[in-house]
Amino acid sequence: MLADRDRIFTNLYGVHDWRLAGARSRGDWDCTKELALKGRDWIVDQVKASDLRGRGGAGFPAGLKWSFMPKKSDGRPSFLVINADESEPGTCKDRDILRHDPHKLVEGALIAGVGMGANTGYIYVRGEFYREAERLDAAIAEAYQAGLIGKNACGAGFDFDLYVHRGAGAYICGEETGLLESLEGRKGQPRLKPPFPAAAGLYGCPTTVTNVETVAVVPTILRRGAAWFAAIGRPKNTGTKIFCISGHVNAPCNVEEEMGIPLKDLIERYAGGVRGGWDNLLAIIPGGSSVPLLPKSICDTVLMDFDSLREVRSGLGTAAVIVMDKSTDIVKAIARLARFYKHESCGQCTPCREGAGWMMRVMDRLVVGDAALGEIAMLEDVSRRIEGHTICALGDAAAWPIQGLIRHFRPELERRIVAHQARAAAE
Amino acid sequence: MVNLTIDGQEIEVPSGITLLQACELAGKEIPRFCYHERLAVAGNCRMCLVEVEKSPKPVASCAWPIAEGMVVKTDSPMVKGARHGVMEFLLINHPLDCPICDQGGECDLQDQAMAYGKGMSRFEEYKRAVMEKDFGPLVKTYMTRCIHCTRCIRFLDDVAGVEELGATGRGEAMEIGTYVQRGLSSELSGNIIDLCPVGALTSKPYAFTSRPWELNRTESIDVLDAVGSSIRIDSRGAEVMRVLPRLNDDVNEEWLGDKSRFAVDGLKRQRLDVPMVRSDGRLQPCDWDVAFRAIADRVGGEQGAKIAGIAGDLADAESIHALRELLDALGSPHRDGRQDGAKLDPACRAGYLFNTGIAGIDRADACLLIGTNPRVEAPIINARLRGRWLAGGFKVGVVGAMPSPTFRVESLGAGPRTLTEIAEGRHPFAAALRDAKAPMLILGQGALVRSDGAAVLATARAIAEANGLVKEGWNGFNVLHTAAGRVGALDVGFVPGPGGRDTAGIIAGAERGEIKVLFLLGADEIDTSRLGACFVIYIGHHGDRGAHRADVILPAAAYTEKSATWVNTEGRVQRTVRAVFPPGQAREDWAILRALSAALGRALPFDSITALRSRMERVAPALARTGEIAPAPWGAFGTTGPMEDRPFASAVANYYMTDPVSRASATMARCTAELLPRPEATGIHG
Repeated sequence: MLADRDRIFTNLYGVHDWRLAGARSRGDWDCTKELALKGRDWIVDQVKASDLRGRGGAGFPAGLKWSFMPKKSDGRPSFLVINADESEPGTCKDRDILRHDPHKLVEGALIAGVGMGANTGYIYVRGEFYREAERLDAAIAEAYQAGLIGKNACGAGFDFDLYVHRGAGAYICGEETGLLESLEGRKGQPRLKPPFPAAAGLYGCPTTVTNVETVAVVPTILRRGAAWFAAIGRPKNTGTKIFCISGHVNAPCNVEEEMGIPLKDLIERYAGGVRGGWDNLLAIIPGGSSVPLLPKSICDTVLMDFDSLREVRSGLGTAAVIVMDKSTDIVKAIARLARFYKHESCGQCTPCREGAGWMMRVMDRLVVGDAALGEIAMLEDVSRRIEGHTICALGDAAAWPIQGLIRHFRPELERRIVAHQARAAAE
Repeated sequence: MVNLTIDGQEIEVPSGITLLQACELAGKEIPRFCYHERLAVAGNCRMCLVEVEKSPKPVASCAWPIAEGMVVKTDSPMVKGARHGVMEFLLINHPLDCPICDQGGECDLQDQAMAYGKGMSRFEEYKRAVMEKDFGPLVKTYMTRCIHCTRCIRFLDDVAGVEELGATGRGEAMEIGTYVQRGLSSELSGNIIDLCPVGALTSKPYAFTSRPWELNRTESIDVLDAVGSSIRIDSRGAEVMRVLPRLNDDVNEEWLGDKSRFAVDGLKRQRLDVPMVRSDGRLQPCDWDVAFRAIADRVGGEQGAKIAGIAGDLADAESIHALRELLDALGSPHRDGRQDGAKLDPACRAGYLFNTGIAGIDRADACLLIGTNPRVEAPIINARLRGRWLAGGFKVGVVGAMPSPTFRVESLGAGPRTLTEIAEGRHPFAAALRDAKAPMLILGQGALVRSDGAAVLATARAIAEANGLVKEGWNGFNVLHTAAGRVGALDVGFVPGPGGRDTAGIIAGAERGEIKVLFLLGADEIDTSRLGACFVIYIGHHGDRGAHRADVILPAAAYTEKSATWVNTEGRVQRTVRAVFPPGQAREDWAILRALSAALGRALPFDSITALRSRMERVAPALARTGEIAPAPWGAFGTTGPMEDRPFASAVANYYMTDPVSRASATMARCTAELLPRPEATGIHG
């Protein structure tokens, strides 16, 4: 369990002042100049040493990602792009950072900018986060005013400009290259990779797209030392993480905890437990809508980190824990997710464009059991033909919830089909 | 070079190519829908997935860079499964309407479904349907069939340079369209029909007329502009059903202008299919003997000095040469192949050719356009210029009007005054030309048909010579013709002989009664109302302006109906191939002239097209080798003199109607009505 002194987001619930003065009183913008003066190599090395993994879902080692940025410019500028297009259902961690602790992000942006040699940063904020973008704008204005960013930021001799760009509310614009397209003013459709953004990203220039939480934790890591961060959690799954607990719990909440906390502990301690007690639990989606669900038997013991959840064929994703008790129509719940992914598919590449709608329609029939038994296997096969065959990961995200459902709740699907057939025969 | 292993076969391929290209070099067929050699890579259809060792997922080979030692499998279970999957996904929302689809029989989706798909579908839901779109009079849409490969979007964006198509909507709801309900304005729009791998975009004029397996394919050359695009004529019986472009990297790559593609319905209308003689003021059908006798009666006693001939825009080199021999035999020096009155100088071949070559545009780095709008005069060349501009480092300056260019141009001025400034080095663009490694200029017919055309030509030559446009291994002086027959006419010397009159002189002479007999070889762009009492013999294939004025009409063959030589604006000698026979009693032009010469008692010394060709090649050695451009040495041409201060304008006002064939085409009439701006339209025109 995380001690209070080890928390990074000390105003996660917005009870304190979010403005610069309040942020300073909580330790933000402390020694930022000195950190910046230590140079990009030191910053990247520290991030590497902390074993920080990206908090946007994929869990790519942050220090390694930053180190891909070119050391010497070939004439093109480098860009830092911060992904605040938090749209994954169940996820609301970046939102609380933006509205309650924006200076953590602004300071982190400066440090990340130094770390990757980017003099310009863009924050792409989800369109629906209107008030959050206002707060962020205000925080950036404060930082400019105080000379913390802008020309000769913090007096460290590094110029850094930070811009907020508001999206229009498309899930696909949270995919890093779809985000870049949108930022450039085009239709949000993911790009082919390679080339990766570090080689040719925003406007064809070297770019790193990184999640809000990843950026926001970096200044604290640098101040307290990579070893401190690395000591929290488990090897390769270090540090603290904001978990978003929603669904059938008594007290839905965001909470910062150490990586690798047992899922059951997390829910019992912070979210007031499952509605009707732990035994009333049916299943949990542990990492945002795109990862496969886990039945209660796995939830009893699983640890909340990247590798543990991967071992049980799910994922940490954005650490958005969606709890479903036994009152849940689990098929309908997953059918709703299938509808979401069908709606949010950008339409660019074939498997996702065509397959997401197909899966949604089969799922809709499975809710009432209006299908043949063989269609369960067919649906599984269709999901496999989408997964891994698309330009971006949305195809995978559309396939995984359905695969999880079939893996763990196949008897329920079969029961509905048989019941439906019996009803039809009776009529 | 990079070494790869593809399906166990080791192969060395050039670096910098994509994996798909490497697989093709290894002889592996990779199915694809969105990938096209001449368009930007999209990677969205996912049909070209292959397995690359160490990659957990199959990769899109069309966009995958190759690397040393890469091990690739194109027929593994993973690849086959991926292809089955993509094929199934493409077909679930594609209507099963092949029997009523015009693409049937030449459909990529059909072919690849046969080769890489499964025989049945597991899809039990309703299929998607999409509202029709209006793409104008040429492209028929059936958007329910669209598989969203975006080739059409990429073609219009990149090659045609008009951003009029795009994808709206997301996911399943994504639709390709113009968004605004308006037809495509590009002169190259027909190419998206060829590019569309399914039946979503088909040819509107050709709709439901025939199936590909019913057609005879004839590989030939287009003559409706001076580019000489390589085409394939698809005919059924005596009818030309459609024209498609043929691959020719040196000329048209694989594109074709809309006029060249769609004007062929004009070959079936307004045709001259029987000889006619004017009696009592009306043209009466007759047989060949009567027509020849009528000519012999009139020409027999006439002095050569009172006989003249004008060759038109679509005339082939052989018939022009035959007419020249006939006029020589009749003792007439009055002949001209420049019916528009362009002051082209036949003295130096380099002075009337597009010397850089169409493919040579790719090597240029600065360009001066004078009195030309290549977009309407030669859309194919315009596309090359745009492609060169897109590649970067290509400065283009324009003297004269150039409405709606498809690449960035710098407007330098309107007319000769600017031209003089450049020639004298006073204009900054002269420095741009001088500093360029491979500068070029393009001189349009609009600048040459003026009364001061010879001086404009001389000034253009001065610009070329003063700014390093002509040097070892590079000739940047280019004349852009608009008529397919023009260069051939100049090559065979169909210009006034000693003491002879040019077009203007011939017309003036006819008006004053000094010219008594006039041969028009398909010449329709002259002012026929000024021919006075002159006896006009029209040899041609369409009942256009020339035929209306004629006293005798000798019906001839159009370009699809004869094997004849044309020389394109580059000086490239090309030969058409007969696809269908001429209608009715119409005959090939050269044979008509040969028979007429016998009727006139001055039989020309050739009895076959080969004999005629060898006589022609003696006069014009440049025409000896088909498909090639004979080197044209630089020399003196043009006549220096005063120039009027009048702005240059393009010679082509309406791209869709420039010649008797396109003027007879109903499709081109629709294009003219729907696509061209109507300046006279007011609110009450709707």
